[in-house]
Amino acid sequence: MIKKNLTCISCPMSCQLELTIDNGEILQITGNGCKNGETYARQEFTNPQRVVTTTVACHSGLWPRLPVKTVAAVPKDKVAHVVRALHGVEVEAPVQLGQVIMENVAKTGVAVIATRSLPQTRLNNSCENP
Amino acid sequence: MYDVIIIGGGIVGCALARELSRYNLRLALLEKEVEVGFGTSKTNSGIIHAGHHSPPDTLKGQFEWSGNQQWADLAQELKFGFKQIGELLIAHKHEDLQYLEDLKKQGDARGVTGLEIWGQKRIRKEEPNLSHTILKALHAPTAAVINPYEACFGLIECARQNGLELFCNHPVLSIKKGKNNFSLETPQKNFTTRIILNAAGLFADCIAAMVEANNFSISPRKGEEYLLDRRLQGIVTHLIFPPPSTTSKGVLIIPTVDGPIMVGPTAEDIDNREDLSTSYSGADKVFAAVLKSCPSISERDTITEFAGLRAVSENNDFIIELSPVINFYNIVGIQSPGLTAAPAIAIYVTEILRDNGLSLVRKQIWKANIDGPPHFAAMSPEEREAAIGEDPAYSRIVCRCELVTEAEVLYAIKHGARTLDGVKFRVRAGMGRCQGGFCTTRIMDLLAQESGVPLTEITKRGSGSEICIPRHDIIPIEDHR
Amino acid sequence: MKNQLQKNYAVVIIGGGPAGLAAALGAREAGAEHVLIIDREVETGGILNQCIHSGFGLHYFKEELTGPEYAERFSQQVLSSKIELLTDSYVLNITPDLKLEVISRNHGYLNLQAKAVVLAMGCRERTRGAIRTPGFRPAGVMTAGLAQKMVNMKGVLPGRRVAILGSGDIGMIMARRLVLEGCQVVGVFELHPYSSGLSRNKVQCLDDFDIPLHLSTTVAFIHGRKRVEHLTIAPVTTQYVPNLNQSWDVKCDTLLFSIGLIPENELSARLRIKMDPSTGGPQVNSTMETSLPGVFACGNVLHVHDIVDFVSEESLRAGRFAAELALGMRRPGDNIALYPGENIASCVPHSLSSDREQIIYLRVKQPVKNATLSIGDRYEKKFKRLIPSEMVKLTLPPKILDHFFGERLRIEVSSGEAE
Repeated sequence: MIKKNLTCISCPMSCQLELTIDNGEILQITGNGCKNGETYARQEFTNPQRVVTTTVACHSGLWPRLPVKTVAAVPKDKVAHVVRALHGVEVEAPVQLGQVIMENVAKTGVAVIATRSLPQTRLNNSCENP
Repeated sequence: MYDVIIIGGGIVGCALARELSRYNLRLALLEKEVEVGFGTSKTNSGIIHAGHHSPPDTLKGQFEWSGNQQWADLAQELKFGFKQIGELLIAHKHEDLQYLEDLKKQGDARGVTGLEIWGQKRIRKEEPNLSHTILKALHAPTAAVINPYEACFGLIECARQNGLELFCNHPVLSIKKGKNNFSLETPQKNFTTRIILNAAGLFADCIAAMVEANNFSISPRKGEEYLLDRRLQGIVTHLIFPPPSTTSKGVLIIPTVDGPIMVGPTAEDIDNREDLSTSYSGADKVFAAVLKSCPSISERDTITEFAGLRAVSENNDFIIELSPVINFYNIVGIQSPGLTAAPAIAIYVTEILRDNGLSLVRKQIWKANIDGPPHFAAMSPEEREAAIGEDPAYSRIVCRCELVTEAEVLYAIKHGARTLDGVKFRVRAGMGRCQGGFCTTRIMDLLAQESGVPLTEITKRGSGSEICIPRHDIIPIEDHR
Repeated sequence: MKNQLQKNYAVVIIGGGPAGLAAALGAREAGAEHVLIIDREVETGGILNQCIHSGFGLHYFKEELTGPEYAERFSQQVLSSKIELLTDSYVLNITPDLKLEVISRNHGYLNLQAKAVVLAMGCRERTRGAIRTPGFRPAGVMTAGLAQKMVNMKGVLPGRRVAILGSGDIGMIMARRLVLEGCQVVGVFELHPYSSGLSRNKVQCLDDFDIPLHLSTTVAFIHGRKRVEHLTIAPVTTQYVPNLNQSWDVKCDTLLFSIGLIPENELSARLRIKMDPSTGGPQVNSTMETSLPGVFACGNVLHVHDIVDFVSEESLRAGRFAAELALGMRRPGDNIALYPGENIASCVPHSLSSDREQIIYLRVKQPVKNATLSIGDRYEKKFKRLIPSEMVKLTLPPKILDHFFGERLRIEVSSGEAE
């Protein structure tokens, strides 16, 4: 039987969790302030997942970058793949909040969506790299 | 071929440029940095000394008072800030009182006006925040403050509108002495000239060595300065001087021309001419000294600090003379009160040139004034409304700490600012308490837009100091576990 | 919107970030007709627009959102609530009788009159100068927030090899962000013996990417004349004095500062509003009104929050109270002063009224375990763990002040074990 400590990342409370593990199975979880802590602990122990947030290019937008995220968490070891898959992506303004930017990113089965609306108008002074 | 080439665009070079631009000469100034005033002048304390500090048997003493008297006019003609706030040289100890008397006599003999020794009552009344242990103070009403870089920008703009050719980013690599001329090599192009004025500051001995005119040596003396938050503005209203040490005028309290208080400088002889670093020990020295004269100043109020290097000659005085090489003049070792003295030095050099046979014919048209940058923060509500009516760029704030509008930044760029520092030192954008946190990207946008280059080519102060790099330079994250 | 701007408003809100947006909604809810938000940017949302990471909204919306999503939810509500917006505009001055001098890209020079003003200007980052880091002054030294704007909004990177001083949330979030963009983050250096951001951010931003966090260290010297070349890193003593004998060198071209936030109170200072040195923001009563009648404050301009949800909650209330005042409704004045006692770094508001529910935000000075928080003899609450980087919110029912006849209450944390 072993003990494993985790910090819950479900919310800013950052509860300190203690998992009691035997033979690869969780016997007990303590330290969580709410149910999410338990869910997080089980997920983190078996298959850690993260929501990925990054940006894609949008040269016709109000800003030259559009923030995006995966609609669901992806396996932690896929985070780099997701970011790389999005690195060269360019979208056209206007963009709507929630618009799908890429389906099934890096074969995770998870879509990437815009996390803001981006109007087409450009600031007359927002120069950036050609 | 040029008649005269000035090497070095510090305060001395800029003053020489403007003075010589009065005459029918083909004139150029070569500066190694990206803009004028970016060397020692940028980090100068900005004090126009009252006129009584330097001993009479020195060149410093010769030019301090005559230089002092020119600055009010210069500020008016060249539209830079100038405040004659006066100075107090304070004495904590009885043994320092004689020094105050001697200094007063020295000043009186030179004709410096208004020198007065104040007792405790008067000091308390005029400067209630100074330490109560101060016994007496010598008041010199002729001392003033300016921004030295603004003076450089103003002088050079005036010189340019009167025909000076300015070449920034042109470091002199070598000089060849010809029969009747010199040829100067820079990375971009070569120049020929009859006369060279060496005003290269910290590097003046290196320049002189190129033609073996280096009968002197220059060593750097570092000074660290600490700029304090506007919270402390008005805590003292005069320049506060302690009795001087052997190497400097001591750690001063400086109510800058823009308002905020600055404290410093230290004085430390060093070897490296590019060592503009600040240090823990420098901060400790400055604040230990300042707290003695003004206990309510707090170290915690520092918003930024910087260091500058004074160019010190081996005899500690200015050297202003024809070098052993004919037509090669050294105007070097111009440390404090060099800023004060600069306009007087420029006139003196002109006289030497004339005495040595240079024909100086005044131009029929010579414009003494420049338009000068607009200053939105100083405008009345009516003036602000009118300015916005004429140019909507005044309605957009770029730097909120110092209340600088887009119109002012555009003006700075139009008048030579090529870098973030260039904009900052012309119109104060980025100089306030947030130190550019908010306005940096906006200024970069405007610089990029006006010069038609990408953001990644915008620098802090010239090539090699780019602020950001392009995104596609980097292959995004590799796999991690 | 051009030329339709009117000159008299019930409530004018300065700042269109999360605080300003919520305050405007609060003011409308409470019945104010003419509500105006003034913001210096071209769009509302404030700093949330560059905070593209998730972690926002768990309290307020009960779901996890990114910064731009959180901002857009509020902006959309504001747009559909008949609230006027003046973006790309800047308040130059306010007079004590609430006349505002404003400049605006679209409207030029304006003089506006308000019945109530809400200060919602947010905060700014502490800079290198505030801690006097010795060394050269090259390019490549900037605040983490500026780097965040460059990366997330301008599409450029601050450098290739990055060190971060300060383990505040923005610093840790930028560490991850830069790694995802392909930069190398050589380490996060923290002066304190504990991380100054949320633990969850240490886990998901640093631990996930094997970015080392060096506690009790600082940058003792910045090398490089034009661009940062390397740093001298030194451990610090318990008195936070760098021990240069044990220093080491770190090669990098960029140094980001994430060493804290300061409420942005230029305007408040000009209005001579009474400030609280412990928060850096105005002193406010239980209706979030400052010492200047009719001027309210909320969000990070009042005190720096850790999470935006609390900003929204606080600002909604401030907006409501501002509207009530504008409509001529006067709440009873506060009758009890609240002041910080043992192990309390700061608390907001600064006074209470016995007639209503009270919400108090506070921070402790030192981390403690198993602590008891008390407000005079009226209220007690146990906490397993209290740390300076996590603000505490207390909601007190009005009844705790029943039959209390004193003028002041001390709020304190006691009987804890030091962590």
